[in-house]
Formats: sequence, C-alpha cells, structure tokens
Amino acid sequence: MSATETLVATGNQAHSHGPGSPVPLQARSERTTSYDVADFPVPNGREEEWRFTPVKALKALFADEAGTETAKMDAHGPDGVVIETIAADAVKALTPQDRIAAVAWTHAAEALAVRIPNDAELTEPVHVNVASLGGRGFGHLVIEAGRHSRGTVIVDHTGAGEYAANVEIVVGDGADLRVVSIQQGDTESIHVGQHDAVIGRDAKLNHVAVTLGGKIVRLSTNVRYAGPGGDAELLGVYFAESGQHHENRLFVDHEAINCKSNVLYKGALAGDHARSVWIGDVLIRAAAEGTNTFELNRNLVLTDGARADSVPNLEIETGEIEGAGHASATGRFDDEQLFYLQARGIPEDEARRLVVSGFFNDIIGRIGVPEVAEHLHEVIEQKLARTAALTEQAKA
Amino acid sequence: MATLEIRDLHVSVDTENGPKEILRGVDLTIAGGQTHAIMGPNGSGKSTLAYSIAGHPKYNVTSGTVTLDGEDVLAMSVDERARAGLFLAMQYPVEVPGVSVSNFLRTAKTAIDGEAPKLRTWVKDVNKALADLDMDADFGTRNVNEGFSGGEKKRHEIVQLELLDPKIAILDETDSGLDIDALKVVSTGVNRFAEKGDKGVLLITHYTRILRYIKPDFVHVFVDGKVAEEGGPELADELEANGYERFLKTGAKA
Repeated sequence: MSATETLVATGNQAHSHGPGSPVPLQARSERTTSYDVADFPVPNGREEEWRFTPVKALKALFADEAGTETAKMDAHGPDGVVIETIAADAVKALTPQDRIAAVAWTHAAEALAVRIPNDAELTEPVHVNVASLGGRGFGHLVIEAGRHSRGTVIVDHTGAGEYAANVEIVVGDGADLRVVSIQQGDTESIHVGQHDAVIGRDAKLNHVAVTLGGKIVRLSTNVRYAGPGGDAELLGVYFAESGQHHENRLFVDHEAINCKSNVLYKGALAGDHARSVWIGDVLIRAAAEGTNTFELNRNLVLTDGARADSVPNLEIETGEIEGAGHASATGRFDDEQLFYLQARGIPEDEARRLVVSGFFNDIIGRIGVPEVAEHLHEVIEQKLARTAALTEQAKA
Repeated sequence: MATLEIRDLHVSVDTENGPKEILRGVDLTIAGGQTHAIMGPNGSGKSTLAYSIAGHPKYNVTSGTVTLDGEDVLAMSVDERARAGLFLAMQYPVEVPGVSVSNFLRTAKTAIDGEAPKLRTWVKDVNKALADLDMDADFGTRNVNEGFSGGEKKRHEIVQLELLDPKIAILDETDSGLDIDALKVVSTGVNRFAEKGDKGVLLITHYTRILRYIKPDFVHVFVDGKVAEEGGPELADELEANGYERFLKTGAKA
C-alpha cells in the first residue's frame, strides 16, 4: 500500500542499488567541487545529488547571502588541546561539493580550530557545542590531529533555525582520531553539513554521525587518504520520526595504496513521512592497490508511512585490491520477534524496545564513546515511547 | 491444581482465497501432573493448536474456549498468557539480533515473576540450566538464537522452560531435527520439569521416537483439525507399528 512495502521487497536483495536508481551519469570523481557559489546553480531537485532531498525547504540556505544569526560555537577540552579562531581559508582540507557548502564557506567569516598536538594522547574527549539561535547561520570547524596523537572530539549540534556548516578533519600521520557529530536540533530546525576528512599515512579516523533531531538533516561525509595505510571507520545512527528527513551521503575516495574503509550506518524510522536517505559512494582509483573496503546500511521501518532510501555505489578502477563489498537492507519491524518475546511474558512495549535496541546494539558498541552510547540509549528509549503512543493511537 | 481446558476450539487462518478453517472442534483437558502427547500426520493442525493457545496473531479463533484454571486465555494478550503460566517451546525459535541470551532470560524472568530475580542465585540458576542442557556458559553472551544450530535452538527452548517454570508447557515438535544425543538431553530436561509436580505437559510430535524418553499418560491422535482417537501409551506403540494410515483413511471419508 505504501512506498515502504515496495522498498522492503526490493531492499532485501543482497545488492540493492535502490529501486529505479539510474547508473550515475558521471563518475564520482567528475563532480564539481568549488569555493565559488556561482559554480553551483540553485538546484531544482532533479539533480543526482539533490533528487532525494526536499530542496524547496532549503531555499534560504541556497541564497548567496550572509547569515542572519551567528551560531554559537564553543569548545573545551583537556590540557594540551589548542582551541583557537583561524582564518576561514587557513587549512582548505575541504572543498565545497554543493551550493550550500559553498554558501557556508563564503559566509562563515572565520573558523574554529581544535588542534590536538603531535604525540598527545588525550584521556578525555574534546567537546564542541554548536547552538544555532534561529534564523540562518553558518559554521566552520577545523579539527586537526597531530602526528601520532590520539583523541576524541564530540561535536554536538543543537538549537533552532537553518544552519549550514563545513567541518574539515585532518588526521596526521600515525594519528588515531575519533570524531562524533551529533545532530539533535529542535523539531523545526534544518542542518546541512559537509565533513571532509584527510587521513594521513598509517592514520586512523573513526567518524560517527548521530542524527536524532531536526526537520531536515543532510550530512555529506567525504574521506580521502593522504598516504598509504590509512584506515577509516565511518559509523552512523539515525532515527527519523514523523515529518523528519535524515540524509547521509558518504564518499570514500581511495587513491592511496593499502588503505581501508569500513562504513556502517543504521537507522530506524517511525511515523508518517519519516524519511531517511543513505548514499554510499566508494571509488577505488587505479592507483589504490591493496584497498579493503566494505559498506553496509540497514534500516528498520517501525510503522506504516515511513520510507527509507538506500543507495550504495562502488566504482572500482583496479583489480589489485584486497576486498570490496557493499550491502543494504531495509526491513519492517519483525512481528515474529515480537511474538517470541511476548510468548516469554515480556509486554509488547518492552519487547519492541528490546528488538530496536538490539538492532542498534552492535553499532552503538562500535562507537566506543561511553557518554555518546548512553545518550543514544536514552534518546532511542524516548523515541520508542513516542512511537508506542502513536501505535496505540492508531489502534484506538 | 493447574488445568488447561480446551473446548470445541475452531481456528482459521486468512488465505488468498478467504479464511481457511484448520482446527475443527478440539476438546482437550490437561491437568497438572499429566503428560499428554498429541500425534498426527503433517498438516493435521497440531502446530496451529500450539500457536493458537499461545496467541499468535496469525490464527483467528472463531469459536470455542480455552481456560487456564478457569481464566479465559483467549481474552489475554500473548504476554499475559505467558505470565498466567503457559509456555510454548517453538518448533522454529526466532532469532533476535543484538539481544543477548542473558539479557533476554533476565527480562523474561522479571516479567513472569513481576520482580527482578536475585542476582546471585539467578546467575547460578542460569548457568545450571545451561549446563543441564549441555550448553556452554558463554551462550549467555550470544544473541538470542542467532547463529544457533537447530539442536542449540531446541535446547535453548528447554533452558527457558526450566528457568521460567510455567504451569503448563506446550512443546511443538521439540524433537524434530535433533540427533539422538540432543534428543536425550532435551527429554531429560522436559522430565525434570514434569517431575516438579503440579506441571502439565502437552507434547506435540510427528514421531514416536521422543516417547521412548518422555512417557505420556495420554496419547491423542490428531487428524484433520481435531482429536480422532484417544488412549494411553499403548496407542503410541500402535502408531509406531502401523503409522497413521488407518486414521488418514477415516479422515478421507469424513
């Protein structure tokens, strides 16, 4: 009856390329990237990179105009971490890949930089709090992990209004950096972000995108390698409720030899017009011998009226690789699991909670930051309580 | 004394061609201290009976009654039935990814008892139940039924039976797909449960093999959605020798 059901039917194939999705018209490497807003026409929603996004609702962010508000960005971290304001073009590890990123780049006057010095091993995470105050705001954050450093940076986005931002992540040679970006804005808030990461030789990046709130959240995460032996683990958790659009677009560009990437995104959807989009592009260039990559997206549809789109794309230009694979599955809540748990005396709402927290369990375990895991468990509980109330209403 | 009474139970399922009646007037009384075996050919409705008693939403009870100690079971939700003292060991136990066996068992026990079990004795009880069924203690950390072999799934059902300690246990083809060693381990577990006293057991099986290890007090032959014949253990011996042929002919005439 709904789009959901069609998607469930097609989404369980081992290699779903998304129902009806055309082969991309251009190779991923040929897409426009530029600092100049004029290089990106205002999209009409038919473009490959915009066709899943409600572009009409993003009108204010397409305008090449200064923001009406400045998002409040503050950071604090353990001793040794350098937090400072720098010129917007000081690092340039990121090149905007769409109009909104270019607008944000142009109109965010300066950038906040979080720098973990060479060889530093942080025992506590660095916290960056980004509060948008309503209106239209732009942000620019730079996270640099020095050579052989280890650390965790948690970026927490809250607030109202329309916020667009660029986040540049530079992982120095041999460094081990974890970046957690949490999007939990108010019900009507809009967040569009581009994260570009450059991973140094033998360095490791663990990037986690957690989207829990906001009317529209669209995150584009791009990873490339500055030398051999780099390792990227890209994790994502989202839970879209009625009327929310949660979109994650990933691009891993393998150009260096012997690099790894592992992508795991899991999402739940509940309520009318709850919508999620996941695009996972991986490009293995001819030079990238010894690449090992795997990407997986799973969606759990909890109610009628929700829709998940999932499109993995793998372009391989060399056969000399260790491994490359992708999988995507979208399924409805399994009533047999519910029956089994209830048949053991567990009440329905608790059984639902068990199944959904079980669905997210492995990925929450891999996030590896206890405060984030705890927070996720809490918010998921709240969302499930709301979903249960909705289901009850529907029954009555 | 615990008593499960099934009276004139009619059950249908929805098919593409409209509702299809599967149970056509089942009468059965299982009292505490008794073990009943229901035997019958494939498609006779044995599993439907088990799932209907447990309350699976796929099955529509069109008429008849099911009561446990006089309480109307059909008016209860699935979890209420379990808390009232009914347990169904399933033929195809369901995988629940991401939920550990120990979390599952503790949550179920807490729901059944209405309070969390005492931690120290509970861990001991779980380990003993696992050991009794020849399962390693590390099963507690695995996800419910995920990656379990067929035999492990069945043994895990009996672990739950022993820990949740219901009044009436319904075992739906618990013997199918088990090798002889696993069959003995599972049977010993069921006997241990039955010997606790006021416990009723309804053993649904296609084969007589398990009846070598679990001795029924009553045997019911199930054909075409109802009980066709009843008797003592000697009826099972007759089925062992002659199979279901005589009943199927009767069924064809009816």
